[in-house]
Amino acid sequence: MISLQAHTLLMVESSRQGLLSLEIENSGTAIGLRVKDGIVLAVEKLIHSKLLIPEANRRIQSVDKHIGMATAGYQADGRILANRARDEALSYRSSNRAPPPLQDVVMRLSLYVQAYTLYSSVRPFGCSTIIGSLDSSGPALYIVEPSGIAYGYHGAAVGKGRQLAKTELEKLKLSELSTREAVIEAARIIYLVHDDNKEKEFELEMSWIGDETDGIHLPVPKDLLEEAEQKAKDALENFE
Amino acid sequence: MQTVDIQQLKSGEVNLGTSIMAVQFKDGVIVGADSRTTTGSYIANRVTDKLTHVHDRIYCCRSGSAADTQAIADIVHYYLQMHTQQSGAPPSVNFAANTFQKLCYENKDALSAGIIVAGWDKDVGPSVYNIPLGGGLFRQPWAIGGSGSTYVYGYCDATYKDGWGKEETIEFVKNTLALAMSRDGSSGGVIRMCVITEEGVERLFVPGDKLPKFWEGAEVLGASVKRSDSTDQTPMAVEA
Repeated sequence: MISLQAHTLLMVESSRQGLLSLEIENSGTAIGLRVKDGIVLAVEKLIHSKLLIPEANRRIQSVDKHIGMATAGYQADGRILANRARDEALSYRSSNRAPPPLQDVVMRLSLYVQAYTLYSSVRPFGCSTIIGSLDSSGPALYIVEPSGIAYGYHGAAVGKGRQLAKTELEKLKLSELSTREAVIEAARIIYLVHDDNKEKEFELEMSWIGDETDGIHLPVPKDLLEEAEQKAKDALENFE
Repeated sequence: MQTVDIQQLKSGEVNLGTSIMAVQFKDGVIVGADSRTTTGSYIANRVTDKLTHVHDRIYCCRSGSAADTQAIADIVHYYLQMHTQQSGAPPSVNFAANTFQKLCYENKDALSAGIIVAGWDKDVGPSVYNIPLGGGLFRQPWAIGGSGSTYVYGYCDATYKDGWGKEETIEFVKNTLALAMSRDGSSGGVIRMCVITEEGVERLFVPGDKLPKFWEGAEVLGASVKRSDSTDQTPMAVEA
């Protein structure tokens, strides 16, 4: 039997969480691909004003040399989470003198996120996080949700277009793809899930970690990004 | 190199005026030590075990203060157990050595400890790390330590070869320690050795009356020598 007090608390909590999850559901899509030899992160960054400087307000951030993350939802919360993840990665490095395995960072990060669901003085995080890494044990990819739950994935999608993105990701043979091929696929999926009629313009933001980047989380180079965007546009015309 | 300043020890403190060593070979490492523990000139223990288990495939050889090195080994043993539980895999020798080094360096003013860490792990195979008095950390194919080691650096340099198998390496450790123990007054007793490989740890024991023998000196002055023995000796020419 659940007590009346706990019941009221849960109702308040669920309505509050409802508002936050609405924010995440209406945010531009972010996806992550865990492939044969690396990780690709891609974000559909919606541009709410033509006056904004291109490439400002990045939604993909680096946590450590070999760890990258992309967020959907409140951008400000995403930056807080990235900072926390950096602190955790650094603390692992100073006590273990080795790069942190992603699972350790995710465990600590999800504990932090979960703590924000416990107190009336704070609100939970208004963002879902895709976090990926590449180390000696291979590529790893997780989603950390505002509840504090974290699951590992082969392909991850959060934000507005996540349902369509997920069905597209399921069609790919992720464990056979190279990181370079995954960049092309990621761009195609982001262009596909973007709703031209309803939405404002968007900017495609992509990063990768693979053998080509020497295991370091880096933005996808300009020429490859442009190639991927062109292929994505071509594919979209054939799709419709 | 790892001699302990007796003045630095508190009066009555138990000292491991020691001969210790560790050598890596193709399939694993061999650690070895004498068995003498002293308080000043008194032998407090003549069958000491200075080869201390810190994990399934990682051992350390202790020299310096018995109390300090036991305490450090206990702390590292605890850290390695924690690490194993949290990561779900046995720790690397590198991790163990770094943990030792941190304790030795951060408390260098309070400690008298010269430690050799050696073992086998899945990623790099066999490895030997030397942590001398100031708390440095050096990976070496072989390492010797304790007060007795100063007498046998030349022997080791002249004898050691890369690519030895298990039996050759055991002989090398046994001979080196026997030589060190015979010259160093603070070393002696028996030889203890551990062979650490992927398969496990094998303990070896050489009793004090079965130690390998080398030249042990001969009295020359006052000894009667037969004339016939000295026929080939021609007196030095003395100029008029």
